[in-house]
Amino acid sequence: MDWALYLHYGPSLASGFLVTLLCWFAGGAVGIVLGFVVAVLARLPSPPLRWLLRGYVEAVRGTPFLVQLYLLYDGGPAIGLRLEATQTGIVALGIYGSAYFAEIFRGGFNAVPRGQVEAASSLGMTPPAIMRRIRLPVMLVAIVPALTNMMIILSKETVVLSIITVPELMYQMQSMAAETFATFETILAMALLYWLMVELVARLGRSVERRVTAFMTGVA
Amino acid sequence: MMSQPSLADQPMVQMRGMSKSFGHHAVLRDINLTVERSEVVCLIGPSGSGKSTLLRCINFLETYESGEVRVEGRLVGYTDGPHRRRMGGRALRDIRRGIGMVFQHFNLWPHMTALGNVAEALVRVRGLKQAEANQRALDMLTRVGLTDKANAYPSRLSGGQQQRVAIARSLAMEPRLMLFDEPTSALDPELVGEVLQVMRDLAAEGMTMMVVTHEMGFAASVADRVAFLDEGHIVEYGPPRQVLHESAEPRVRQFLQTYHERNSF
Repeated sequence: MDWALYLHYGPSLASGFLVTLLCWFAGGAVGIVLGFVVAVLARLPSPPLRWLLRGYVEAVRGTPFLVQLYLLYDGGPAIGLRLEATQTGIVALGIYGSAYFAEIFRGGFNAVPRGQVEAASSLGMTPPAIMRRIRLPVMLVAIVPALTNMMIILSKETVVLSIITVPELMYQMQSMAAETFATFETILAMALLYWLMVELVARLGRSVERRVTAFMTGVA
Repeated sequence: MMSQPSLADQPMVQMRGMSKSFGHHAVLRDINLTVERSEVVCLIGPSGSGKSTLLRCINFLETYESGEVRVEGRLVGYTDGPHRRRMGGRALRDIRRGIGMVFQHFNLWPHMTALGNVAEALVRVRGLKQAEANQRALDMLTRVGLTDKANAYPSRLSGGQQQRVAIARSLAMEPRLMLFDEPTSALDPELVGEVLQVMRDLAAEGMTMMVVTHEMGFAASVADRVAFLDEGHIVEYGPPRQVLHESAEPRVRQFLQTYHERNSF
């Protein structure tokens, strides 16, 4: 066990960690927004639109993330899409996540009791107001655990981005291992850093869950 | 433009030849029913007879295929004219604003306090400032005897309290017609009374009410008229005495007979 290694590679590990966080949060945000848009559009009374979105979700869920990443990175320029590695990584993570997030939102919408929406309609509330004031808050409570879970899954998919040279944590780790042959130290640091990251989000998720479900126990 | 007849000249609710089906199953057939201002009409009959569906057609929570439903003279859900089309969202919301509805399962919004539930539509639909809406909501909760529960979430309220909040939520919008869809059917027997009392007070103040109910005592003592439905038809419509005690219709007599047997011990 060579502790001095960590001192030497500290800066590059830290910068890798930050890039991982960036890709994860930005990719997650893109995924949530895109997934929400897909879920809302799929509720419109238009069968062609619904099939199109269904196809999108199935295609993204049905192919490995690595394949999608290559498609975007190597195939992107063919259709005039030129992005840097990190940008590509964020977009790819966003698209990958959006299919799963769309399914989570779809389930959430279905979980809102119809009567609560009817009550709002019968009072003359507009559909956008019903969405914002009734559907969203009610469904959010139901889906926070699933959202947290998906974010954790995404956090670990960020390692795949190292393949297209995104200088994230995995990439930096590979450099460290290649230059020093200190495999054990590298893997240990990697495991600890990812675990720390996931634990933070899991805690955040649980605290959000407690807050949004406070009314169920009557603690305002 | 032709002058419209004044709203006050029109019956509150008028249904003419109204029919509705779910797929091939006809749930309402040729419904003709008129409810005048300040009348209390109770709809009774066996489960699946179409009572609730009839009530839900009045604010177009259910669509109907043929015939007319008019509220204060305005056709509900469709444009008035030879080629009828679905009514626009704005026009429908305008009609719904004047009609309060109370549901069997209360349908309070779980993430809002009692006060929040009552104030919500005042802000979103009536455009009141939050402070005004809260004040008005508090007045409404006082009216149903729940001043001290204003800050409680629905999960902390009994069924009877939840239903009173739901009534307050509707009343806050100053409706000219109130629809009650089995308002006491989901309540423990000892909580039924508090809800019926609020409804009696409302009737005494002159509110026009249509009530789908299995509470025959309420129908007998509060209703001006009672409609008995069976298999999508209005079998009998008249004063409570006539329907509940003097009906010659075998289906009505049979229904009330089982009702009496079930409630005697």
